[in-house]
Formats: sequence, C-alpha cells, structure tokens
Amino acid sequence: MLIKTINVVNNQTINLSDIPVHGYEVFEELNLDLISGKPFRHCVSYFGYPSDEKIKLICCIADDEMHQILVSSSLVDKGAVLNSFTARNPNFEKFEREIQENFGIGYTDHPWLKPLRYAFNRTDKNKKIENYPFYGVESEELHEVGVGPIHAGIIEPGHFRFICNGEQIMHLEIQLGYQHRGIEPLFLQKQKLLERTTLAENIAGDTVVGHTTAFVNLWENLCCYTPDDSLHFSRILALELERIAIHTGDLAAVCADIGYQLGNSVFGRLRTPIVNFFQEWGGNRLGKGLIRAGKINFPFTDELAVRLIEILNAYEPDFFEMTHKLFNLPSALSRMEKTGVVSYEEVLEIGTVGMAARMSGLNRDIRLSHPHNLYNSLNHQPVIKRHGDVYSRVQIRREEIRQSISYIRGLLQRIPEFHPLENFMELPQKGKFIISLVEGWRGEICHCAITDTDGNLILYKIKDPSHHNWMALAQAVRNNDISDFPICNKSFNLSYCGHDL
Amino acid sequence: MFDNLKILWHQGKQFIPDVTKANVPGIFRGRPIISEAKIDEFLLADLCPTNAISTGPVSIDLGKCTFCGECAIQFPGKITFTKEYKISSNDRSLLIVREGDIKTIELNPELIRSEIYRLFGRSLKLRQVSAGGDNSCEWELNATNNVQFDISRFGIDFVASPRHADGIVITGPITSNMADALERCYLAVPDPKIIILAGTDAISGGIFADSPALNREFLSNHTIDLYVPGNPVHPLTFINGVLDLLKKR
Repeated sequence: MLIKTINVVNNQTINLSDIPVHGYEVFEELNLDLISGKPFRHCVSYFGYPSDEKIKLICCIADDEMHQILVSSSLVDKGAVLNSFTARNPNFEKFEREIQENFGIGYTDHPWLKPLRYAFNRTDKNKKIENYPFYGVESEELHEVGVGPIHAGIIEPGHFRFICNGEQIMHLEIQLGYQHRGIEPLFLQKQKLLERTTLAENIAGDTVVGHTTAFVNLWENLCCYTPDDSLHFSRILALELERIAIHTGDLAAVCADIGYQLGNSVFGRLRTPIVNFFQEWGGNRLGKGLIRAGKINFPFTDELAVRLIEILNAYEPDFFEMTHKLFNLPSALSRMEKTGVVSYEEVLEIGTVGMAARMSGLNRDIRLSHPHNLYNSLNHQPVIKRHGDVYSRVQIRREEIRQSISYIRGLLQRIPEFHPLENFMELPQKGKFIISLVEGWRGEICHCAITDTDGNLILYKIKDPSHHNWMALAQAVRNNDISDFPICNKSFNLSYCGHDL
Repeated sequence: MFDNLKILWHQGKQFIPDVTKANVPGIFRGRPIISEAKIDEFLLADLCPTNAISTGPVSIDLGKCTFCGECAIQFPGKITFTKEYKISSNDRSLLIVREGDIKTIELNPELIRSEIYRLFGRSLKLRQVSAGGDNSCEWELNATNNVQFDISRFGIDFVASPRHADGIVITGPITSNMADALERCYLAVPDPKIIILAGTDAISGGIFADSPALNREFLSNHTIDLYVPGNPVHPLTFINGVLDLLKKR
C-alpha cells in the first residue's frame, strides 16, 4: 500500500527524504480527508520552501488521540495555480495566504486571498500595507470604523476595520503585518546558537519561555542531545510560572476594560511578585536569558524553591479573594456573560487552539495530546469551558492559575539534582526535518526546522497560537456592541508580533 | 462594602516609597563593570549575540546589549553586572561602558533643551508607539503605571492621542511596515515635543539590527531626547531616566 504520511511524535527528528511526496491532488485530498469531521485532528503547520527550482509544500496534521503528527508533502512549480484547501476547510486560510504571499502561488478558489503580513520578501512588492483591500459594504445604513495601527493603550500595532449598524458590529476585519521583523530568515542568516536563542526569545516578548522552550527542545533533538531532568524541570516550571504571570495580568486588563478599578489594581499588583521571581531566578522579569539549549545558566536551587513557595502562599489567598469578588459582582458578570461568544462549531471550523479552543468545549492542549518535557508525569487534565464567551475565557484563566500553582507545588517536591553541563557543542544532523510543539499560555506553539545535506538550516518555521485565533476574535465580536470590543480583545489577548514574525 | 474594604486591607502597602533608591530583588542585570583582567578578547566579543562588545580595550554598548548575561557567565573575572538600574542617558555615547568604569551612567546636561524642565517638569504626557516591539517593553511600560511603580504620581502619564501628548516613546526596532504610522504619529504631536527610545530594539535594532524588514530612517531625521536601555526596560530604569531628564538643573 502507498505510504500516505509519515507519523512522528513531538520533537522527533526524521530524514527529510522520508516524508512522502504526493502529486498536489493526492496531497490535497489526503490532508482534507485527515481532518474532515475529526475534531481530534487539526493542522499545526502548513508551509512551503524553495526546493530544486520548485516549491515544496509540507503539511503537518496533529492527531491528539494517537499523540502523533502526520506529515506529508508535495512539490509544485513556482507560480503554479492550484485548488485551495481553504475552500473546503477554513483551517488552512492563513497558511495558504502565507504561501501565496511568499511564493506567488495562485489559488483558484481561495475565498479570502489577501496579503497576510506584507513580508519584506513577498513576491509582489507592489502590494503595500497602506492599500490593504478591506471588505466593504455599500449601504446608507451602515458605517465603517477604522482603528489603528496605533491603539489607545500601550499595546502592539494592528488595524481593525469594523462595519457597524449603529452601535452593533456586523463585521470585523483584522489587518496585521505592522510588526513584521523578518524573524524567520534571520534564523537562517545568524549562525550562532546564542543568536538564534535570542531570536527565539524575541518572537513574542510575552511568551519568552514558550517560544524559547519550543526552540531549545527542537534544537537539542536536531543535534542528538538528550537533556537531563533538571533542564526539563526548569522549562516546565518556567512555562507554568509564565502562565500564572500573564493570566494574572490579563485579568487586570479585563477589569480595566469593564471599568472595575479594584480588580485592575489588585490583579495588576499580583503579577509583580511572579515576574519578580523570574528576576530572582534568572535576572529578567520576563524570563529572558533563562532557557538555553543544552544548559541552564541559572540552575534551580532549594533556596529558590523555598522562596517560590513563600511567594505562592502570599499570592493565593489574595488572588482567590479577588476572583471570588469579581465572579460575584453582578455589574462585572453582566459585561462578561454572553459577550463575544464563539460556538463549538465555529471554533472547530476556524481551527482555534489553546484557550480559544477550550473556551468552547474543544479539547486542545499540547500538554495532554503531545506532551513535551516532563508533562507526561503531571497527568494533566485541560480546563474546558462550554460557552465560548468572555466569562469562559476569564474563568479558564482562574482555573489554569489554580492548576499551575498545584503543578508547581508538586514539582517543587522533587527538584532534580543539577549536574553542571558541558557547553553544548553538537552540530545539527544532516538532511533532517523536525517539529516541536509547546503549550504556551496562549496555546499551541509550533516550530519546524529543516537541514540540508551539510547540516545547515534551510528552513525555520514559526507558528504562534495567535495565527489560528485572530479569526476567532473577528467572529466573537459580530452582533456585539462596538463598546464591547475592548473586553473581547483583551479576553483573547492575542499576539501581533507572534503573528507578524 | 465590607468585603471591598477587606480586599483593600489585604493588599497592604504596595507602592515603592522612593523610586530613586529602591532595591530590586534577585539578580537583576543592570550597569556592567568591566575589570582590567586579561582574557581572550576575541572570544569575548565573538560571544555577544548583538555585537555589543568591542575590544582593545573591552567596552560594552548598553544600546546594543540584550542583558542576556552570557559574557558574565563565561568570563566572570572580566565582566560583572551590578543591580544598578539607572542606566538611561540622552547621549548615545554615554551608554558605552569601558574597562574600569565604575561611575553611574548619567545624562549630558548640555544636550537637554532648556524648555524641557520649564514645560514638562511637572506634567509630561506621553504617547507610546510600538514599532515591531515584541510586547515585553510594552508590558514593562504598562507596569510603570501599576500601583507599585505608579509613575503618574510624578505627573507622567501615557495618553491615548498624540494630540494630547508632549512626546512619544518608541519600542521595537521600527519595522518598514510601521515607519509611516510612526512618522505620522510624531507629526501629530504638538511642538515642542520629545522622543524617548525604550529598549535595546529601539535604540540599536538589537538582535534585528541587520534585518531587511526594518526602516530606521525616522531616527536619523529627528533628535532623540532619551535612550532607556533594557531587554525589556525595567520600570525603574524608565521612571528614573524620565525623572532625570525632567529635573531642574
């Protein structure tokens, strides 16, 4: 029988030549078939790269039940005009727009074939960010509201174009690309490991630990290096701390957007001891400098464990006192309940990940489905909510903070002994493909790498969970009042730079 | 009402009484000290991911440094990072720390325009523009406004519109896609106005310095009033830098 896909586990290195290559029609049918009607499967990455005067497309479908990733590929001509996957499954919408933008591949039936991020290396330089083709409606009753790229607060840039009927939002289109720094080509251009690690730390500064963990897990496996438990331990400890810190900050921001000053101040100040602990551990409040391939400059000590327990003991009563108050305050609940709803059917169709899936009953959590580092030992059960509204997203944060604290307390019971490690000098294996998945606080982070026959990187592909989830925000605000947009936006808290790269 | 009072009571006293003298916890990497110890300078300079280290004699440019600390780990006898967070300056050349330098980084009073104290000394409204910032500096600038750092007690606030602002704070290496919006935002701020660069990415481009996706022309066309190093900037670095710029001389 014809081998259709090669099945790998998270962080497994395979020969590039072992990925089955299909004709485009077979490739298309195969991948659409794989996910059609199966919520436990979704596309984690789909990208192209130049290969022998052609474009090689590689599609990675994660199967959460088998705990495997199904990889297949196809070779197409430069400038080819193809049938789109998106016409039959919207999960691929942004992936195909990226392929179109970077390689000039045309799609006959893509319903939304617009530039994705105006990358500096796009094929059509005549397309300019200031001329983005917004969807418009001709009507005397409707009006448009444009917001951005610079927003009112201290946040990243992006443009939101609303079509409203009075106060009610009919449609929102989100245009990104302003944050594009050309980070993927820099991974190839910069040869030193520390340069690449620094790049990974700067993909999204609010997910430093998440993205850097994805990079170092990938790099170590690509170089046949087996990290010991103390490295795994520090990574998942840092991931759970990052989750607590950012979730707490998000709750503060949601309170600010509903005009609840007490919640804003209390959650805002509760974030400080957690980020300050990052500084006590590794010298940086956001964890930069902490996660390194093959080593750690700041090993976790028993003294740090005592300190962390102290901090959590002080954090917990104040945090839960405040959430209890917030969740029993009718004026706060009325702003959050049934606001910004995205149904199960919609999140499945969009293909959301992380919190933006779990809010509507879609169980997607890499910690359970494709465990990395020590997550296997935690017996993780994802927090699932059903309503898909702002309240669900806020509740998930409270529950995940509770869960992360209990995981951290468990981890601190058995701190692995730290052995000083030699500097990591291995070189990447030749002609390989590897995929690395990490559950960051926002959701699934996916990094892929390919090396050539000399062991040089020829592709580094980054996907932040926001890639999938921006469309869910656009969907959430439909039929809501435009005044509820800020709270909807904050309850998702998606990354601009993670999307724009 | 009583549960509200209880919550307030439980918070205790959160604000930092004196932001100019506060002690930061843990092992913060602030102003470095470079000893005169003899080491292989080439290896040291080669280590740095952003070419912040120059040789003969050794110096570190805090406008390029990502404060990853790798040089201090590999050459502990040569480089140590102190916890001193007052590392802002209005003079780009004062951000370069040389062998044997132990003094605090300061502002160059000759470069400060006389109207800055007179107009902004008691009230400064800033418009923040993220131009490729990775959201870490943005987080820390938001933190300057929380109940602990509380920058607004000094009359310094972040405002929503450039029309209400006295200056702009730029984070990020300035992407080509943001260059036009940044320029337009700056033009919308009424004169006289100031420009603050917050973070290594804004000051030098950081790890992105040689990316073809950037357009840093804005910086050569306008005068920069304050450089605040950090990756990301520490809230105390930012607050102290701005207070220094605004003080009466």
